[in-house]
Amino acid sequence: MIAESGHYALVLAFGLALIQSTVPILGARWRDVALMNVARSTAVAQLLFVAASFAALVTLHVSSDFSVVNVVENSHSMKPLIYKITGVWGNHEGSMLLWVSILALFGGLVAMFGNNLPISLRAHVLAVQAWIASAFYLFILMTSNPFLRIANPPMEGQDLNPVLQDIGLAVHPPMLYLGYVGFSISFSFAIAALIEGRIDAAWARWVRPWTLVAWIFLTLGIAMGSYWAYYELGWGGWWFWDPVENASLMPWLAGTALLHSLVVMEKRNALKVWTILLSILAFSLSLLGTFLVRSGVLTSVHAFANDPRRGIFILLILCLFIGGSLSLYAFRASSLKQGGLFAPISREGALVLNNLLLTTACATVFIGTLYPLALEVMTGEKISVGAPFFNLTFGPLFVPLLIALPFGPMLAWKRGDLLGAAQRLMAAGVAALIALALVWAWTFGGSTLAPLAIGLAVFVIVGALIDIAERIGLFRLPLGVAAGRARGLPRSAWGTMFAHAGVGIALIGIVCETSWNSENIRTMRAGDVTSIAGYSLKLESLTPRQGPNYSEMAAKFDVLVDGRLIATMTPSKRNFTTRGATTTEAALLSRGASQLYISLGDIGTDGSVAVRIYHKPLVLLIWFGPVLMAFGGVLSLSDRRLRVGAPKPAKSYRGLQAAE
Amino acid sequence: MTRKQRRLVIIGGSLAVLGVAAALVLSAMRDSIVFFSTPKMVAERHIPPGRRFRLGGLVQPGSLVRGDDLKVTFEVSDGSTELPVSYRGILPDLFREGQGVVAEGALDASGVFRADTVLAKHDENYMPKDVADALKKQGHWKDEYGAASKSNNAAAANAASAGKEAIR
Repeated sequence: MIAESGHYALVLAFGLALIQSTVPILGARWRDVALMNVARSTAVAQLLFVAASFAALVTLHVSSDFSVVNVVENSHSMKPLIYKITGVWGNHEGSMLLWVSILALFGGLVAMFGNNLPISLRAHVLAVQAWIASAFYLFILMTSNPFLRIANPPMEGQDLNPVLQDIGLAVHPPMLYLGYVGFSISFSFAIAALIEGRIDAAWARWVRPWTLVAWIFLTLGIAMGSYWAYYELGWGGWWFWDPVENASLMPWLAGTALLHSLVVMEKRNALKVWTILLSILAFSLSLLGTFLVRSGVLTSVHAFANDPRRGIFILLILCLFIGGSLSLYAFRASSLKQGGLFAPISREGALVLNNLLLTTACATVFIGTLYPLALEVMTGEKISVGAPFFNLTFGPLFVPLLIALPFGPMLAWKRGDLLGAAQRLMAAGVAALIALALVWAWTFGGSTLAPLAIGLAVFVIVGALIDIAERIGLFRLPLGVAAGRARGLPRSAWGTMFAHAGVGIALIGIVCETSWNSENIRTMRAGDVTSIAGYSLKLESLTPRQGPNYSEMAAKFDVLVDGRLIATMTPSKRNFTTRGATTTEAALLSRGASQLYISLGDIGTDGSVAVRIYHKPLVLLIWFGPVLMAFGGVLSLSDRRLRVGAPKPAKSYRGLQAAE
Repeated sequence: MTRKQRRLVIIGGSLAVLGVAAALVLSAMRDSIVFFSTPKMVAERHIPPGRRFRLGGLVQPGSLVRGDDLKVTFEVSDGSTELPVSYRGILPDLFREGQGVVAEGALDASGVFRADTVLAKHDENYMPKDVADALKKQGHWKDEYGAASKSNNAAAANAASAGKEAIR
């Protein structure tokens, strides 16, 4: 019964989405408020039905109902409860259901909190949301129904792929989807603006918080996925330039550019046409990512050709939405009035440079990801485009971006003073040079690029701090006054500082990990001692253990510094009985921001075991940086100017507002 | 500056960045792209020693020899030709004789493929897609190779992507 109810709820949501796609548009055409308001109730109702459908699937998984194909293929009665729940989105059908649920969630939020939106804009936005939703409901109902029953229910399920049975992956996909799908809102706003032929600074103010929310989740989602790959795959690698990773990086780059161009639009009413294009691109890239991952085209061009229904369906959705929106853009963009003028050296100019570099970097990732696929389809030649390609293209484009980054916030709107900004950044430059010299002297004879990159990262971080120090008059005014100013400063300014400093911090982590990572790969027996980066590691024992749905061989290592025991680490090798699959559970030991990393290789019959030991200096900064960026985003979001559903300034703050 | 001049500066700057990016992409395409070959293709194409490529095929049963200090040698076969491979390090969890493998590296002067990476690009019932395609093309494909993989897309993905594909 539950499966059928879930299926039925999904069909009803599809029906509601169809109503929501048409009636509000007609209402806007006829200027009929009642018809336009239909969008609100349908959006909320749609959310309720999809949520019911999703809850039904979760219930089926939790109760291990093996009469449903999806549960049989991805669950097991012995699996821990948490993985029964996360297994819901650990497969194609379930993850598509999560995708539309989040889409409906965003639609519902706009409907519930969009009180201050002009009524026709809201009607259009929700209608466009419903177009996307209808397409994906149809996709699920026709090709990927998670509620299909099986004729002869087996006694036991096939279990979830063991590498997915991990807490990191419990949270990663919903985060990522909140990001991916969140860009649908800016897309819908852009299409609505094109349909209405009207766009202004207020539009940017409405779009910005939604884009920011999506961006925050996408940032955290990507960072979490990277950390998962780092500890779960057992190679100590955190970014592989794998097409699946690139699929999430591309919308992030476009989304980051969009965030910045929205600032220009909001403050200066300029770059309208470009902002609209970026909104379309960011969501198009999210759709492309969905296509790449969901169609099976990455696993094999042939798998795509053999079972083409899903792939072709998503490809159609892709062409329809990207092609349609870009055509609409081509027809209507010229009707949007261009706004404020600015000199090339100005805050606007700096943000244009930011956009230019980010989108170009995004384009190189796009080429590197899709070129091998295109080549294989056309010529049959197989190539792999890996890290060297991206390091040679993406890297050089990011260097000027990072050099220019601290200058941006220092320049005035309309016409900036580059020399003045340079003078104020002098301290950052000096700090960068000192860092460069220190690192270079310390690692003398090593890589020359690494000290330069560290210098650049320090420049970015100190530059971000100087910007805030300048604004609040730190060191220039008495401390009390400065503290008062710091409180008065808009939160978005603090957000900028944290986000920009986060970029620099992530860069330090990346450079340290790639340049000064040490590894020690060997075979060991119980009692053997080896050393790495000043730590001695003694293999104490090898013991078999039994988990809920796996058995494992755990190795216990004593970690010693100068002969003193500081910790024990127990990496293990798990064997999942149902699927007969083996996974490597690495052991991590954090020392400050650096980590020791042990993973096991083959376990010999003679009691020897192959081990990989890494020392990864400052590796945690790689993920701390994005967390800081996301924190900056949250601060910015809490800025009262942007707060969702807070249209008018509260009375008590009016005075402050004026002083700002 | 007039409006026109400002626009020119911005357009010129954009074109310059795009030009640099295009140049970077083209040069990187030439230097850093790695082609995929099977042992038969290696024999036919006379790939010079030192040139990096990816070798794919099945691990020849009975060819795996483990030496001291984590050195291993094995042969990769595509059904008609075998190529000896040497590698030092830990083999992936799912490396088995008779199963598909992808290795990256270059030939040395004696014609042995020195791999610096051996990829765990499959699970126990999956074949790396490059290998499967090549075997099919050469007519050495056996249905049971892929039988288990078609039921579940997630299982069919490589270890790294499996997690990610299944969830995105």
